[in-house]
Amino acid sequence: MMNSAENNFPARLQYLPLSLLAPLPLFTLQPLLQRVITHLSRRRPELFARFGAHTRKTFLIDPLNLPFVFLLRLDPRRPQLLARRREHPMAHDARIAGTFLTFLDMVDGRLDGDALFFNRDLVIEGDTEAVVCLRNAIDDMEGSVADDVADFFGLPGRAALFVLRRIKRNSGELR
Amino acid sequence: MGREARSAKLCVGPVLFHWPAEKKLEFYTRLATAPVDVVYLGEVVCSKRIPLFENHHQDIARLLKEAGKKVVFSTLAEVMTQYDRQVVARICAMHDELIEANDAAALYHLSGRPHAIGPFLNVYNEDSLEFLAGKGALHATLPNELPRAAIAMLGRKAQNLGMGLEVQVYGRMPLALSARCYHARAHGRAKDNCRFVCGQDPDGMDLTTMEGVPFLSINGIQTLSHACLNLIREMPALAGMGVTHFRLSPHTGDIVETARLFRAVLDGELATTEATTRLAALAPAPFANGFYHQREGYKWAEAG
Amino acid sequence: MVRPELVCPAGTPAALRAAVDAGADAVYCGFQNATNARNFAGLNFTLREMQEGVTYAHERGARVLLAVNTFPPAGQTPAWKQAIEDGVRLGVDAIIVADIGVARHVACAYPQQRLHLSVQAGASSPEAIRYYCREFGVKRVVLPRILTVPEIKAIHDEIPCEIEAFIFGNIGMMAEGRCSLTNYATGVSTNMDGVCSPAHAVRYEEDTRRNLTARLGVFTIDRFSCGEQAGYPTICKGRYCAAGRKSPYYAFEEPVSLNLSSLLPDLMRAGVSALKIEGRQRSRAYVHAVVSAYRKAVDDCLAGRPPLLPDLLALTEGHRETRGAFGGRRWR
Repeated sequence: MMNSAENNFPARLQYLPLSLLAPLPLFTLQPLLQRVITHLSRRRPELFARFGAHTRKTFLIDPLNLPFVFLLRLDPRRPQLLARRREHPMAHDARIAGTFLTFLDMVDGRLDGDALFFNRDLVIEGDTEAVVCLRNAIDDMEGSVADDVADFFGLPGRAALFVLRRIKRNSGELR
Repeated sequence: MGREARSAKLCVGPVLFHWPAEKKLEFYTRLATAPVDVVYLGEVVCSKRIPLFENHHQDIARLLKEAGKKVVFSTLAEVMTQYDRQVVARICAMHDELIEANDAAALYHLSGRPHAIGPFLNVYNEDSLEFLAGKGALHATLPNELPRAAIAMLGRKAQNLGMGLEVQVYGRMPLALSARCYHARAHGRAKDNCRFVCGQDPDGMDLTTMEGVPFLSINGIQTLSHACLNLIREMPALAGMGVTHFRLSPHTGDIVETARLFRAVLDGELATTEATTRLAALAPAPFANGFYHQREGYKWAEAG
Repeated sequence: MVRPELVCPAGTPAALRAAVDAGADAVYCGFQNATNARNFAGLNFTLREMQEGVTYAHERGARVLLAVNTFPPAGQTPAWKQAIEDGVRLGVDAIIVADIGVARHVACAYPQQRLHLSVQAGASSPEAIRYYCREFGVKRVVLPRILTVPEIKAIHDEIPCEIEAFIFGNIGMMAEGRCSLTNYATGVSTNMDGVCSPAHAVRYEEDTRRNLTARLGVFTIDRFSCGEQAGYPTICKGRYCAAGRKSPYYAFEEPVSLNLSSLLPDLMRAGVSALKIEGRQRSRAYVHAVVSAYRKAVDDCLAGRPPLLPDLLALTEGHRETRGAFGGRRWR
């Protein structure tokens, strides 16, 4: 049950991630991201087991309301998560685009990727099989990957995630 | 050309499309003069078409037998309604004829006595073939999507079992069946109210992609390839693997001339390149042989 | 009214647990190879995962049905025999088969093993079903999605085995086990390789105006304008041109999903023993939502209450639902 404060959450806060992260210089973000993906790969080795032939593929994760994109490579020996300004993207095998909050719900296992695609909330380009494989691998990870990432940042991380999810719940209702 | 090719039999499959009775009668009358050994009679696609031609079957069978052809009666590929079931039971009750089963409903009636297995009944491997042989199957026509390696193994198995083995070598390839009639749908009708609109397209109704690329062909509840299968070049190799019969699937192009070209190649009297050039003038669409070469079915692998 | 078994999809171990936790009476799943008809990248179970899945389900009173429901091409039957041996050893509750050779192998090698006939066998008449019961001792048939409810009832009265019927999910337009459309376009066979529209052959292109083009191999399957609901890139859900049609049209079926929630009481009265939810390729979010909704609906029916119709539209292809063939003959 939601309390009234949550119900009154302003819709414009949907763009909170943008306003929070836009001024952040990439060089401060980069080492953090690398540590996140290393942390995640140690904590969730099962992710790679489902990845088979696609461990060398590079995914361009494109959160449409952020000023930058992520490059993800799930090589078990050298996993990579890089942030790049959208104007300077790198070569990639597949691109997945959607809003940041859509991605959050997907890695949380709360939304169905196929349904998002049918609804055109998710854009897929390039190596479709690699994308399907990534989706299936992430979907098999129970619990929440987002929680794992938040845990990595400790209390501030968990607090941020709580806020993000609340925004998502509200924006979902407003849509 | 090898001994196996010369002794191989040429067959004409059932007419898959809805042709007017006069056209079918003319087709079979001409076929009596063609160099073919086996002719399959009967409707395999849509039971609604059956009453329109059924009463001619015995006459045609007599005509073909008198011309020295072996006649096999084919059964429906999809058996669903009471009427479908009755038709299959009735054909299977003809104990003096060889019946081709295209669905397990026919197998139910035919098991335990000599019969043939049609291409719509899935025989993909040696275990299935052996089981069916044990239940009385004398002959099997393979699904057209099987690649060379699997056909070769089935050929050896069929030889060991003393079975005849048949492969379609010409004509549009059946790819799918449905409960829904796509001819009726294209014309905004339901299957029950189709008014035999499929009769408008004697070689099938072409479907092209939104970019205008020819893709598929519709025949009532059946979907076929746009491309026309042509394994004339592969026939000698197939004969060497133990394939004993080669099936031509009927189209509007002259069946007698088509059969002559295939027979001439089997007998080593005509080069395959020349035969293919001449066949192109008779075929309903460009050629394909991809399935045999374990490629996309629409592809055409040139010689070499 | 007999209590029907709710049979739910499990593409991954997480989905298996989600289904069991949401009230599935049984889950169906397969190994990571061509022996089952959902052989997609990143999906399905290793031997160890299958063992854990069986334990998880059995501890909670749910059954595990192993799909070995493709057609091995000649020379490759050992992989199918291995899948069956593994399934029997792990104690799966039934094996779902389609191929005559595979069925015969189970019946001969493991006569005690319960055998189900897959929808891929395309047994759509009492005679066809009786054939498989007679020859291989099949205990349950999964009916093709092409029959009306009265036809299902008529079949039920004429066969010696249980009926499993689809109630939700992707609606196959073509008779199962008899479709080589994918192989024609991509060189990969649905029957032999267990894949319909393999992802490696699928390409999506979105232009600057957000028009989405879906291709399978070299063939354009559909083009969705900006904001238009999309569907799976399957040939039988594509838009094509034909002579006499002014514009491209859905020659087979529109992007649409099957939802029979409104027919549940009728199906149960028709004698259906098991209600099947499609979607081993879908996420655990889908599994959780659909299984929970149907658990409640089936329990409502059993208690004599009108089933609360679950809103599952958001999960359906094209955001549209149909009762398909089950609703009546006009569908054909």
